[in-house]
Amino acid sequence: MDGEIIVEARGLNHWFGAGEARKQALFDIDLALPRGGLTALIGPSGSGKTTVLTLIGCLRAVQDGSLRLMGHELRGAGEAELTALRRRLGFIFQSHNLHESLTARQNVMMGAQVRPGVPDDLASRAATRALGLVGLSDRADYLPANLSGGQKQRVAVARALVGAPALVLADEPTAALDRDSAGEVVDLLKRLGRRRATTTLLVTHDNRILDRADRILTLEDGRIVS
Amino acid sequence: MSGLLQRLFGRMPIGWLQLTHRRGRFIAALAGVAFANVLVFVQLGIMNAMAAATLRPYDFFVADVMISAGDANALNEGGNVARQWMLQAFADPDVVAGMGLFVGTAPWDRGEKDISLNTLGVDPAQPRFLAPEIAADAALLKLQGAAILDRRARGLPREEAAAIRPQTPRSFETEGRTVTAMTTFAGGGGFGGDGYMIVSDQTFLSLFPARRSGAPDHILLQLRRGADATAVAARLRTLISDDSLRIRAYADAAQEDLRYQQTRRPTGIIFGFGVLIGVLVGLVIVYQVLSADVADHLREYATFKAMGYGPMFFAGVVVEEALVLGLLGFAPGLVFGAAILSLMGALTTLPLTMTPGMAVTVFLGTVLFSVLSGIVATRRLAAADPADLF
Repeated sequence: MDGEIIVEARGLNHWFGAGEARKQALFDIDLALPRGGLTALIGPSGSGKTTVLTLIGCLRAVQDGSLRLMGHELRGAGEAELTALRRRLGFIFQSHNLHESLTARQNVMMGAQVRPGVPDDLASRAATRALGLVGLSDRADYLPANLSGGQKQRVAVARALVGAPALVLADEPTAALDRDSAGEVVDLLKRLGRRRATTTLLVTHDNRILDRADRILTLEDGRIVS
Repeated sequence: MSGLLQRLFGRMPIGWLQLTHRRGRFIAALAGVAFANVLVFVQLGIMNAMAAATLRPYDFFVADVMISAGDANALNEGGNVARQWMLQAFADPDVVAGMGLFVGTAPWDRGEKDISLNTLGVDPAQPRFLAPEIAADAALLKLQGAAILDRRARGLPREEAAAIRPQTPRSFETEGRTVTAMTTFAGGGGFGGDGYMIVSDQTFLSLFPARRSGAPDHILLQLRRGADATAVAARLRTLISDDSLRIRAYADAAQEDLRYQQTRRPTGIIFGFGVLIGVLVGLVIVYQVLSADVADHLREYATFKAMGYGPMFFAGVVVEEALVLGLLGFAPGLVFGAAILSLMGALTTLPLTMTPGMAVTVFLGTVLFSVLSGIVATRRLAAADPADLF
């Protein structure tokens, strides 16, 4: 599997708005993310980091250039294909976005059952195992309201990883966490990613965690500058 | 419930978990659905009672064909019919007997409150035209001023009605004449009167001196056993030379009366609208609850969308919520609806009861309309754009 390219962008451009208000957000982006490893995507606000993340995450349509995800060209891909590809990704959001009515285990099960045909008992076992990996076995039946910020983000990590995705996309996952919790979450992502050869693309402003990244991409004004 | 939904949908019952997470709101939503159910039950109950009350007097008689005036949409409406048409009807070989039926309304002044009695004048010499319970006492009507009184009449105390027997008759004044109730039968209050009174045609004519013996309100005919009432009615329409008459099978006349009450009389239309309003209230309540729930969970839905869950999953969750609301809201609605109908029935003596047909209809309607509301509410899911999460 070494050397396998999970994400490959060539001449990727993207615009927002229409007519006079049309504004280019990305300019001629070239990048390649190999399998495994943690890549930090950094840059000032408005530099286009989130746009890159949402394009790779199949959440926006590719307008110009080429973007290949796990061998699939995303430009021109239909909604059904994009949805199917998203099931093979893991997402971690800045504000964890756990479902308030579901326990930690049930939230993680949602990550496992997004692929059709996964029975409840199997999903439950996988969720329990994933929660164990993030150190939350004893909180499996807690609702999010009864978990700390760091614990919620660890549940979100478990949810992202439970389906053994090839790629995890994380958007500012440590922004709301204290230094120790932030370090724990990134270490967790890195450790589990290494164990499963998962590629992690992490958008961050958080300088406290940059030393843990295998690779850093810097985006400025819609262009990759380093 | 959770296990049942899990089996039904083949996945975690997220809709159920979502609804029950906020118990106060859940209970309020169920109360709203139950309220809509009660509205529908009461209106349906009244409509059914109107139907039963409309058809009830037809049960007092045994007839195959009825001849009425052209404007007689109901038993107690319309002009008179010349008795001569009865004689003409006998020309048909299938017609074996005929009787004039007189219909009027007589008030019984009971001091504090009058009882309005729908008075039916019959020929006591022809008990074959009377239902068995009435026919058994038909001979009593041969006495001038005698009556068989409705023991279920609204405003007539049950003990007083029970005391009326041939040995202990009860006389009262009506239309300036004395009527003597010799016995009772099971009639029942309706929308057009408090109860019924059956008298002989002669007594009827003394109570209503403006009426003439040769012009009853309706003519009832009995046919030879095995004769087709509809076919005979069709033959009589050509045989009888007055084209303005309504000559119908007796059962058809009853059903036409019912349709008239339901679709052309204000009461029927109002109660019909009542049912519609109940259904609309239910729809709006369920839609509001589901719509608010979708709006509250838009971020979670967007997260699930980002993870790869498709539109069918979200539609399933909302429909699951709609089913839960519909099913659980129905039960208290049924209980309260039955209780209110029972109370109203006791107060009005109308046949207001919860029938299995009503319960099944409202149950299926509740589930159907809840699911429809859910389907409409899923449109709000389109606002859950996962790209906005980043």
